[in-house]
This record gives sequence, structure tokens and C-alpha cells, in this order.
Amino acid sequence: MTSTLLAAAEAPKIDWGGISPLIALLGGAVVVLMLGLFRSRFAREQLVPFLTLVAIGASAGLTIWQWDERLDLISGALRLDPLALTLNLVLLTAAFATVLLSWRANAPRESAHGEYHSLLLTSVAGMVVLVGAQNLVTLFIGLELFSIPLYVLCATEMRRATALESGLKYLIIGSAGSAILLYGLALIYGATGDTDFTGIAAAIEADGLGTDSLLLGGIALTIVGLAFKCSIAPFHQWTPDVYEGAPTPVTTFMAVATKAAAFGVFLRLFDVALIGSSDTWAPFLAILATLTILVGNVGALGQSSLKRMLAYSSVAQAGYMLVGVIVATQLGVRATVFYLAVYLVMNLAAFAVIVARERETGHGDDIEAIKGIGRDRPLLGWALTLSMLGLAGVPATAGFIGKFYLIDAAVDGDYAWLGIVIVIGSMISLAYYLRVVAAVWSTEATATATTGAGPLPALAGAAPDGPSNFTPDGAKHWEVSLVAALFGAATLVLGIVPGPLFDLVRDSGSGLGLF
Amino acid sequence: MTLHLSIFLWLPAAAGVLGLLLRSDKVARILAALGAFGTLGYAITAVVDYDRDQAGLQYVTDRSWISELGIHYKLGVDGLNLFLILLTAVLFLAAVLWSMRRPIERERHYWLHLGIGQSAVLGALMAQDLALFVAFFDLMLIPFYFLTIGWSTAENKNAAVLKLVIYTLVGSLLMLVAAIALAVLTKDASGNELTFVISDLTKTTLPEGSQDWIFLCFAAAFLVKMPAFPFHGWMPDGYRAMPLPVLAVFSGVLSKVAAYGFLRIVCPTLPDAAVEFQTLMLIIGLLSILYGSALAFTTTNVRLILGYSSLAQLGFILLGVFALNPQGAQGAILQAVNHGLVVAPAFFLAALAAERAGGSEDIRDMGGLAFRAPVMAVLFLIVAFANLAMPGSANFVGEFFILLGVFNAKVAIACIAFAGVALAAVYSLRLFIRAMHNRTGADTDSREIGVRDGLVVVPLVLAILALAFYPQLPLEKGEKDVVGAVAVAFERSDPERAARENGEDPTQAATPGRPESGVDPAAAGGAIDPATGAPVDPATGTGQPVDPATGGGGEQIQIDPNTGLPIDPNTGQPIQIDPEQLPVDPATGQEVTP
Repeated sequence: MTSTLLAAAEAPKIDWGGISPLIALLGGAVVVLMLGLFRSRFAREQLVPFLTLVAIGASAGLTIWQWDERLDLISGALRLDPLALTLNLVLLTAAFATVLLSWRANAPRESAHGEYHSLLLTSVAGMVVLVGAQNLVTLFIGLELFSIPLYVLCATEMRRATALESGLKYLIIGSAGSAILLYGLALIYGATGDTDFTGIAAAIEADGLGTDSLLLGGIALTIVGLAFKCSIAPFHQWTPDVYEGAPTPVTTFMAVATKAAAFGVFLRLFDVALIGSSDTWAPFLAILATLTILVGNVGALGQSSLKRMLAYSSVAQAGYMLVGVIVATQLGVRATVFYLAVYLVMNLAAFAVIVARERETGHGDDIEAIKGIGRDRPLLGWALTLSMLGLAGVPATAGFIGKFYLIDAAVDGDYAWLGIVIVIGSMISLAYYLRVVAAVWSTEATATATTGAGPLPALAGAAPDGPSNFTPDGAKHWEVSLVAALFGAATLVLGIVPGPLFDLVRDSGSGLGLF
Repeated sequence: MTLHLSIFLWLPAAAGVLGLLLRSDKVARILAALGAFGTLGYAITAVVDYDRDQAGLQYVTDRSWISELGIHYKLGVDGLNLFLILLTAVLFLAAVLWSMRRPIERERHYWLHLGIGQSAVLGALMAQDLALFVAFFDLMLIPFYFLTIGWSTAENKNAAVLKLVIYTLVGSLLMLVAAIALAVLTKDASGNELTFVISDLTKTTLPEGSQDWIFLCFAAAFLVKMPAFPFHGWMPDGYRAMPLPVLAVFSGVLSKVAAYGFLRIVCPTLPDAAVEFQTLMLIIGLLSILYGSALAFTTTNVRLILGYSSLAQLGFILLGVFALNPQGAQGAILQAVNHGLVVAPAFFLAALAAERAGGSEDIRDMGGLAFRAPVMAVLFLIVAFANLAMPGSANFVGEFFILLGVFNAKVAIACIAFAGVALAAVYSLRLFIRAMHNRTGADTDSREIGVRDGLVVVPLVLAILALAFYPQLPLEKGEKDVVGAVAVAFERSDPERAARENGEDPTQAATPGRPESGVDPAAAGGAIDPATGAPVDPATGTGQPVDPATGGGGEQIQIDPNTGLPIDPNTGQPIQIDPEQLPVDPATGQEVTP
């Protein structure tokens, strides 16, 4: 206790190198926000996204620079270890792809480029804080730092009612989730008298708090709060609506980055701080995982909107990844991180194709939009096919190896039945993934594209030169195709040569105080 | 001679990918044919070059694929898969040649998927690593999915093929869990590193409780894939929806991979469970025979007749596998090859008949072809005779072995299964008569078989004839490994007979007392399974080839797993054990008798 007091009294020593990835992101956010104020269209539409990419790239470079470090930063508020660094890379990749996808999208044009990109960078910074957090306070700060910009980003297509609905819905539910989480964290602190993860673990160990009702109440509320963030059933109801309503690049970012960040903190909180009471929370989480897998997969079956379908699919995938948390072993941590990386790759490919087709056809994200693209746009067709097969867990794709790893972890951790739940989920999932694949390679003529809805209401404060509507101008944007092709190919290559990915996640579990 | 199995395996897929990239339909077609011919050449070379005296895997390729999970890229050929590989190469070549003379939309994709399909099937057959096997087993479905949705003419193709995929992947994915569980539990039991290499897995026998559920998961995968009654729900729709050449290989090859999986993986690694569920599996086989036969002579769609007849034939193969003795296993592998060779030309001929009946695949619309198309009728007749296992055909030999094996294992089931032979005659002849003889159908155009179609069908028929004349070829080449695959299960299911068959040669009298089977799994696995710790698995059985005196089709098999084995030096002592006096566990018998 005295040491805590002392640390509070003196200014903590700050290892600037250790937090440099964070500084790059936040610095980028400031610069981009300023630059967005220029009147020059070039500065706003080209330079801002470019500098955002530079900031993300710099952050990624700094992450790699710190690769071999194992440090406690800022008096133990943040932890720099392989888990944080690996997830940083996942987050930054997601952000990079998101910037590419939103370069010529409507959302930044309607809301102003500077704000859009700066919010995006802030959100990533929040996630970086979150995956490194090893203190309850840092955890909450990170969570809010990434959530609040996302609420706004969801609503950036301001003239579309669904986007506004999506933002509002996310705001309300996300806030409720945050509040519950905060309450849970407070109870955990109350039970253990410490906010530091290792301190909590030590307190549980020393005082035999494994079944303490105050602690368990805190854990239960924490689970609920985090379950909102990573859309674990039954706290997932917001997901399809928000995913569908948000601008597709933002949806992409939410789908992959939010998951990675939330699971990062899940791993660290439950497998480090709360490991002592895992006998109590693991069965509970196992039930949630089962429910999530079933609800997500069944929910996805009847969807004709691809974004809704992928939203339910992301719910199901969250259930798969939860299995790695439940087993609470090094292997489980590695399998989860591995799956997060794989999930990133597969989803980026799928969302890139949706973005491309939204711009090329008038079907929006309806499954009609991708009918026959195997013939018209083979590149996109293959990317989407591989991504769907990967999500379904078909061999020779990264998804297969990911599921293999998770099931391996489940069986190894004496949760073989969860492995069976995973495969039952995969079976159900085939029905909707293959429906997409069938549409991609369908030879039937597509229905004529409906033109977009009538003119949308003008909005005060909107950029005057912005297009008034969602315009499927048939433009084929190379950066979108690039993202689709790159990550589609990665799905295949990592399924055949998974070695590099295994190298990446090898140490992720070692930094945690597991066994 | 060294054969690079990786080249063999990936050749068809590589040809397909290259064809897709070269953006010319004609080149793609030629490349596909070259790929299929090259694979066949490789397969023939392997069969010719295969050293039958050296049991165990040959031409092994073994690399670490995913070291973190102990998964190896291990390929190998042995007596178990040698002829199935040849069959795969033959049938895929036939399918390629058949497809070449018909116009195909998006041709390059067609060849790509066919090539990937062939590589996946070859991979499943060659894989000597459980995880690799599972991956290929699941993967082989995907190209067939694409081939069906892309090139089927059926109305409800999407629904049908979705049903097929989900049905089969239900089993396959359960197998994935089972495979992982098998490896992880084996790791826990043996204390070694996690490994998926099959020969390592056979060294340790799991406790029975774990074996049981793992067995059931594997069985689910294989029974659905075969299919066996009552897991055939996908078959009628799937068979109707698939394009014909695709269906010929699907029915001819993919179902055999399932039967092969039982022998390659289930029997050696889960012998106790195999014994425990023997009766159940035999009954499933029996039901498949009866149900398949009954439906084969009541339906009128040619594809379904052949589909249900396959169901019945695979019932026989299942019976052979789960006789759990050398005769049954030998018969199962031989029959798998036979059935593949029969069903593919049957599909092609049925397609020709359908083309001549105004495109209808209903046998009521066919008929009257034999008079104007005698060659085709003769070809069909040979195929039909082979299908009904006419004495003289290799199918007869195969069924004989199977029934002999089942007779030795469970007499009652064998007696009922004999009925299946008679039923096969009914449906095969009905198909032949309705398609070729009978009254000429309304829209029938009795053309003779064309030269180019003949080039596909005639070699297959010749292969049937060749195998009829010389069935010893696959039997003898594969004997040691086929027998080795069921050896442990054989001994556990029927120790007395196993002892008798093994111990007939007095100089090797210690054989029945294969020590500590069940007590020391590693030793038992080592003694019986070829894997004795040496990486390339030198086989331990030197099975005396044929003992004409004992009759039984002249294939009385004797295993001597001890020669060359460092494990049992004490077996040099001639210990006479009278099979009649053997205690239940032969091991104890040997322990007691010094």
C-alpha cells in the first residue's frame, strides 16, 4: 500500500519508448484534425487519409521496435508484453484497412475528413490502451476512449436515418454496458482492495476469495459489461442493427478491431487477475459461449443483408474465441489471439467486397449485390469466396487452422464438449456462408439494380460539396479491391502456410501470469 | 525407386490452377487432361514399383507442417491405399476425358475444381497424419460443391448440394474434434509430445471410455460420407443434382475414402471401440444392403438406382471392415476398388442411354437399345454382371472374402447378408434389361456408342475384366498392410481365431501370446501395428502369403509380427499353445506358460 501511495506522490516514471505507439496515434489524431480545417480539397480528401495512414504505419513500426520488450509502463498502468504487441498489430492492421476503405467513401465526406479520421485514430489509441491495460482504471479509460469515438463514427453518414439510429443505439447500449462494467470493476476493487491485475490475483490467492460473493458479483457484472462490447449472447442484440446501419468502413473497423480489443482485455482480466476464481466463472462463461455460438449462427441464417449476416457471424465467432478464454491456459490464450488475427484477415476481405459492391451496384449490402461477381469481378469473387470458406472453417483456409487451434485448446483444457459446440456452430454456419458463395458464382442474371432512395434531407453543418446521396456510380476503386485481394489471398496462404502466424502468437500467453 | 508423392498429389490441382491463370479454355482443357494422365502414370508407376515384400509405408514424405500442433505433412503409400490411389487416378481421368467432348460453361473453373477435387481425394488417401487426413477429407467436398452449383442442370441444385455439404460436414467436423481429442488424449496417456502422425497414435491405446466417443465421431463422418443407411439422407438429392462425370467420381472414389478411413485410422487406433461397436456397425452394413437393394429395384431414375446400389455395395464393404479379421478387410479393400471400377462406367453408360432416350433419366423411357447398339449393350452387360458379383468377376471374389470374414465373425449376420448377393442380381439385371432391352421407348434413338465415349468406357470395362482375371494383384500387394490394419482389433474381438490363424506355424508358436495386449498398449501397438518406433514403420508382419491347403478362397493368412521385432526376443522359444486351452486373454496364457 505504501508503495502505491509513494507512486502516487511522485510523478511516475514514464518510458516514452514503451508508449510511443500510443503517442504516434494520438499525435496523428491531432495533426489530422488540424489539417481537416484547411479549405483545400486536396488537403482534406487526400492528405488527411494519407497522414492517418502514416500515423498508423508509424505506430505499427514503433510496435515492432518494442517487440522484445517486457515492461510495466507508467507505474504498472500499462503492460508491454507479447499479447499487447500482437494485438496492437491486429488493431493497426484493421485501422489501416479501414482508412483505405473509407478513403473515397461517403462517411468522411459527409462528416468532414479531419474529424472522421481523428476519431478513428483516437478510437484505435483507446484500443491500444485497452489491450495493454493491467489496472482496472486504465481498463476503463481505454474502454471509453475507444467507445466514444465509435459512437460518433457510427453516425457519420448523417443524412441516412439508419446511420443515426445505429449511432444512437450503440451509444445507449454501449453506455449501459460501460456502466455495468464500471460497477463490476468497483465491486472487484471492493473485494480485493486493489486495482492492479497482479494485485487482484494475489489478493484472491492470499485471502481465498475464489468464492467470495462480493468478488463474484463484480465478476458477473464485468462479464456482462464486456459481453456487451464483444457482442456475446444474450447481450448481442444491438450488433446486427448497429452493423447494418453504420457506414460500411466503420462496420469493418468495429467488427474486427473492437473484437480484438475486447478479447485482449478479456484475456488479461480473466486469465491474469481473476484466474484464482476460474472454477467459478469458467462454467458460466462456457454456457455463454455455447449460447453465443448457437444464437449467432442461427440468427445469421435468414439474413439477406450481408452486413447483418456478418454481424450475426461475428457474434458466433465471438463465441468461438471465448472458448480460448474459458480454458484459461497458455494454449487457450495463443489460440484466441491466433483466431483474432485470422478473424481479422477473413472479415477484412469480406467487408472490402461489400464496400466495393455498395459503390458499384445499387443493391447496397444486399446479397443481390454480389450475385454473379465471380463472373464479373473474379478478383472480388475469389476474395469473398475464400473469406466465406475461411469463416466457415473449411480446410486450406486460415479459418480451419484457427478453429483447429481453438478446439485443440478446448480439448486440452478438458472442455472437449465446447469443441463439439464449436463444430456444431460451424455446421450451422455453412448454410449461410455457402449461400453467399453460391450467389457469388451464380450464373443467373441479377435483378436490375434499384436506384438509390430519393434525395435525403439536407443537414446543417454538412459539407456543402458532399454528394447528396449514396451514389452507386459503378466506380471501381483500386484501394478497395486491393484490400479484398490482399486479405482474400492471406486467408488462403495462411491456411496453407500458417507458420508466420504461429510465430506471431507464440509468446502471447507467456507474459501472462498463467500457472 | 523414389516417387515424389507431393508431385503426384498436387499435379492435378496445379494443372487446374495453371489452366485458370492462362486464360484460354483450350489450354486449360489440355492441361487438365495432361494432369490426369500424369497422375495416372504416377499411380501405375507406384503400383508396378511397389515392393510387396516390404510392408509398411513406401515413398514416404514427412515434413513438419505446423510444429506448434505436432502436425506433419506426411504422405505415404502402402498396401491399404495403393489400389485406391490407382482407382482415383483412373476414374478422374475418365471423368476428364468424358467432360472434354462436351461443351462446358466457364470451362477453366470446371477444370480447376475437378483438379482440386482429385488432389484432395489423393491427399486424403495418402495422408499419414491424422490432421492432414481430416483436412483433405473436408477439403474434398468443397470442389464438388462448386462443381454442382456451377454446372448442374437440376432445378433444386442449390438446396440439394447444400444438404449434401451440411450432411457430410456434420460428420467431418465431428471427426475434427475426434481427431484432436485422439491426439491430445494420446499425448496425455503417453506423455510424449503432441503429434497427429497416425503411426505414432497407434502406439498408445486410449482407455475405453475415450475410445468410445471418439469412435462414434469418426463413424459419423465415415458413415455419412459412404453413405450408409440411415445416414444417406443427402444422397438422393445430391445424386440427382450432380453433373454426371462429377457424380461418377464422387460415387466411385469419395465413398471409398470413408471405408478406407475405417481401416486406416479407426481400426488401428481405436481397436477396443471397434470391437465394442462391431455388432452395431455390422447391423448398419446389413441394413444398408437390404435397404439399398430394396430401393434400387423400386426406383426408376437411373442415377438413383445406381446410387442405392452403391449404398448396398458400401454396406458390403462396411461388413468387410467390421468383420475385424483379415479376410473381411482384404475383401473390403478389393470390393472398394471393384465397386469404383463398376459404378463409374455404369454412370457413363447410363448417361449414354439417357442421351438416347431424349434426355430422360427414367428407365421407363429407355429400352430397346441392344438391338441397334450391340457394343454398348455388351459393355453394359459386363458392368451389370460385375455389379451383381457374377462368379468369375473380381466383385465375386471381394464379396466372397467379405462374407467369409463376416461368417467367421458373426454367423447370423453373414447368413442375412447372403441375401444381399441375390438382391444385387435383381437390381442389376433389372437396370440392364430396362435400359437396353425391353420395348423401345417413345423418344429413343438407338445410336451405337460413339468412339470418343467408347474411349472412356471401354478402358474401364477392360479394367473390370483384367481385375476379374487377376484379382490376386491387389489382394497380394496389399495383403500385409490390410491385415495389419485390423490385426489388433482382430485379436481383441476373436482372440481364439486370431491365435489359431497366427499360430498355425509351430515355429512361431509364441505368436498368439502377443504379449500384454491391453496391458501395455505401446507394446501391443508396436507388435501389431507396423509402427515400431522406426520412423518409416517397417512392418512387423511377414504374413505367409497363401496356404492352399486351408482353403477359404486360398487366402488363409498367417501373421508373424515378431520376426524382425526387437520387442520380443523371448519368442524364439517354441511355446506351444493350444488354442482350445487359451484363457480369454492370450497374453496371460503366455505369461503363465514358461
